[in-house]
Amino acid sequence: MRRASPAGARRKIDGARPGDYSCREEATTTHPATSMDTRLLNDLKKLLGADMVLHQPEELLLYEYDGSVETARPNCVVFPRNKEHVQGIVALANRYQVPLVGRGAGTGLSGGALARRGGIIVSFTRMNRILEVDVENQRAIVQPGVVNAELTAATAPLGLYYAPDPSSQKACTIGGNVSENSGGPHTLVYGVTTNHVLSLEAVLPTGELIRIGSQAVDSVGYDLPGLFVGSEGTLALVTEVTVRLMRIPEMVKTLLAIFNTLDDTTETVAAITAGGITPAACEMLDGWTLRAVEAYVHAGFPLDSAAVLLIDIDGTREEAELQAEEVAEVCRKHNAREVRVARDTRERDLLWKGRKNAFGAVGRFSTTYYVQDGVIPRTKLPQTLRRITEISEKYGFQIGNIFHAGDGNLHPLILFDARDEKQLRGAVAAADEIIEFCVQMGGAITGEHGVGMEKDRLMPLIFNETDLDLMRHVRDAFNPTGLLNPEKVLPIKKGCGEIYSRPLPAAGASPP
Amino acid sequence: MSLASRTLAARLPDIVGAAHVINEPAQLAFYEIDGKTPGAAVRPGSREEVADVVKFAAAENLAVIPSGARTKLGIGLPPARYDIALDMTRLDRMIAYDPADLTLSIEAGHSLSKAIGLLGDHRQFLPLFVPYFNRATIGGTIASGVDSPLRQYYGTARDYVLGMEFVTADGALAKSGGRVVKNVSGYDLHKLMIGSLGSLGVIVSVNFKTFPAPVATRGFVATFDSMEKAVEMRQRASKSALTPLTMEILSPRVADMFLSEAASRIGSGAMPADVLSPKHWAFSSGYGGTEKVLARYESDFQKMAAELGAAHTAVLDSNTRPPAFSRKREFIPIALSEAFSPATTIMKISVLPSRMKELLTVVQIAGDSYSLEWAAVARGVGVIYVAFFPRDKDEQWRARVMNVSDEIFTTCEKIGGNATIPWTRSGWKSTLKIWGPERSDFAQMQKVKNVFDPRGIFAPGRFVGGL
Repeated sequence: MRRASPAGARRKIDGARPGDYSCREEATTTHPATSMDTRLLNDLKKLLGADMVLHQPEELLLYEYDGSVETARPNCVVFPRNKEHVQGIVALANRYQVPLVGRGAGTGLSGGALARRGGIIVSFTRMNRILEVDVENQRAIVQPGVVNAELTAATAPLGLYYAPDPSSQKACTIGGNVSENSGGPHTLVYGVTTNHVLSLEAVLPTGELIRIGSQAVDSVGYDLPGLFVGSEGTLALVTEVTVRLMRIPEMVKTLLAIFNTLDDTTETVAAITAGGITPAACEMLDGWTLRAVEAYVHAGFPLDSAAVLLIDIDGTREEAELQAEEVAEVCRKHNAREVRVARDTRERDLLWKGRKNAFGAVGRFSTTYYVQDGVIPRTKLPQTLRRITEISEKYGFQIGNIFHAGDGNLHPLILFDARDEKQLRGAVAAADEIIEFCVQMGGAITGEHGVGMEKDRLMPLIFNETDLDLMRHVRDAFNPTGLLNPEKVLPIKKGCGEIYSRPLPAAGASPP
Repeated sequence: MSLASRTLAARLPDIVGAAHVINEPAQLAFYEIDGKTPGAAVRPGSREEVADVVKFAAAENLAVIPSGARTKLGIGLPPARYDIALDMTRLDRMIAYDPADLTLSIEAGHSLSKAIGLLGDHRQFLPLFVPYFNRATIGGTIASGVDSPLRQYYGTARDYVLGMEFVTADGALAKSGGRVVKNVSGYDLHKLMIGSLGSLGVIVSVNFKTFPAPVATRGFVATFDSMEKAVEMRQRASKSALTPLTMEILSPRVADMFLSEAASRIGSGAMPADVLSPKHWAFSSGYGGTEKVLARYESDFQKMAAELGAAHTAVLDSNTRPPAFSRKREFIPIALSEAFSPATTIMKISVLPSRMKELLTVVQIAGDSYSLEWAAVARGVGVIYVAFFPRDKDEQWRARVMNVSDEIFTTCEKIGGNATIPWTRSGWKSTLKIWGPERSDFAQMQKVKNVFDPRGIFAPGRFVGGL
């Protein structure tokens, strides 16, 4: 997807108080975005080879973006091939006091892999080897640049797979998944990234190489992997990951339940989980979205329905058959006009292709869209979707809904024209209203896309200064100089002199 | 009365009310940990009172050890300092339970078994069937990090604790996570609290994901004439399409333990006879579902057991499974009974499942060569509890336990596992390696401790490496 315009406009007002620890990173890491010390570039080239260091403006263009609506320009991009390279890069960053940001495939949706304050982007795409697959113990040891779907492809012939499956799984990397604690449709019963990571090797921004967790379960002491997974690249650069693999179930049943009203659809979701069934996946596509998808994928989605649920049930043959029947019954009881069961792998793959390529499909309809990520208790789905409809009407934007309904993880897609400044601001305001409503419903500001540089300003909606200070202190313990991924996740403390205008979504312009 | 005691006596009643401060030496003995008695015990009635007690302790630099039902305080090193026992049992409210959302928010002092009982009214549960189940509190269960046989399917607390509220070392109320099942807002600080023995903060409430209860459960037990065959049964089950709820390997000695008087005190009915045998290793697995699903498990298990030449198999139904399951759950308290040894020492060992045979062989050989009796329950995920039963508590037997545990530590280092000694005599804690060999990630743990509790007022000295 190409971006229409740079965004994330920001004004900076000088006046950071020295000594206030939360401002320290700013004091030490401010760099002009246009020039970089040639000595540092030379040192990086000496360490990695000249072709592993990008610094020409046209080379950097791609790295100004990720999958979010944010942009930020790095000074250079480097490609380490081993952990010694990573340690060397960290040492140089420290010597020259330049910020460092880790990056996988750049598919993140909250700006986690963007160089908010410039500096070096450490791209892990050359550290992409699967080091070991241990079938007996259902584990794999991988480098951070391994692509999510490639891990499953490599282990599927052995009867295993890696469960967390973000929609971007064909591109996104395990290292990026670890940073963001990524989810996906099939994390409803099997859990998100943090539930599948056993051990990490990482380089701290101080240059220290650490190994946390263990190959066996229940490492002794504090749950350090639990802290590091999902820390959005603010604590360490991960150089190796040990993940748990799942056994491919004996049977998977894929159901498509078709509804005439949104309320019937959302009430069905709560009824399924409350009824004691946890499907492997339970996705919802509203009418507008599935029409967009159908035009693109031709999966056989009904064009005149209000919404559909795409549900996977897995397990032994006996479990899957029975639960699929139970789920179908719940759907019918809640006025599903039709429940289709995929007859074979081809039908099943086609339905899922529609789900996983939905964002691309939407791109055909609008020059720009803004993907939001909020989470609510699943029983609050009916009123939340109604509220999103109201917000859509209030601001005059089409909002598509395609999301992980089973765990209440919403992904409203706000369609607008980014070339129109007024629309830009409106889209962000609409998104904020949705997230604020999620919080009012007892939810959270992000379910799986991360806080990054998109939502740090929204953190106070759910955390007070005590909570945030504790998190800041944890960050500072591992990232004491603030060189690693500065100004992410945790909002800058008030009084530090940094005033942001609302981030302006750049978003994607689709080809005509 | 020491200065600290006088300060405590003067100030604590202002915070929690005189009725909830305990100063009498006779009553304080109840709060003893590893021979140390606190200067006072307090029973706060709200999270704000907990915060005020900690604020006071922080100002006076007094050491605080939070506790619930006091069933798992044997875990850890003796406290370096111990001024205030923070008894959390009055914080026992269920804050919110939303059955349709499958989420629960509950205070730390709430009884675990009662909470699970209440969820049962909605055909839901928490998969936390931990030792001392009937007495345990929510907070103690989470802070001690004990596991449940159900981890085979449901994982451990880190997989279903959604968020937490806790009191920091400054006496402030802080939280992380939330009440929704999927959430990446901020750092998962609550994961650090799990198993931290109160060394980072005082947990005041925990948010859980709850689970639908299986419509019916059944158990399958097969006995074998060798450890290798029992372990092989686990390997085959893991490679099959089955996803059982529990899976364990039991050493021969467990049969006597489960039929003992000590085990009958659990109060869940009589252990069915002729299921376990003192001459055999056993494979034991629980599974749930409808009749058709249960039948599939049974027939697959029977087939695997027959192929491996099982000596005997048994299927446990709704009458016979609960007594057997609760004994498995209570393996640790049963083993700690005086009936078996005056100095029972229990190791928790985790290895890759493929290394279980190797580890259990080391236990067998080491136990035999030091004439040290032992019993083991090995969970399918690779966590092995071994109880050693020295015949006496004297130095000679302590040395034998130390030699055997050292061999196990060495094996673990070689094969990439972890081992600790969560339960032993207080007097042996200074010489046995309670937390195992020194760890390479200890420096990172120190950083965590320094952030949460820079002056060391929370359970000082008790955690890994004396943190």
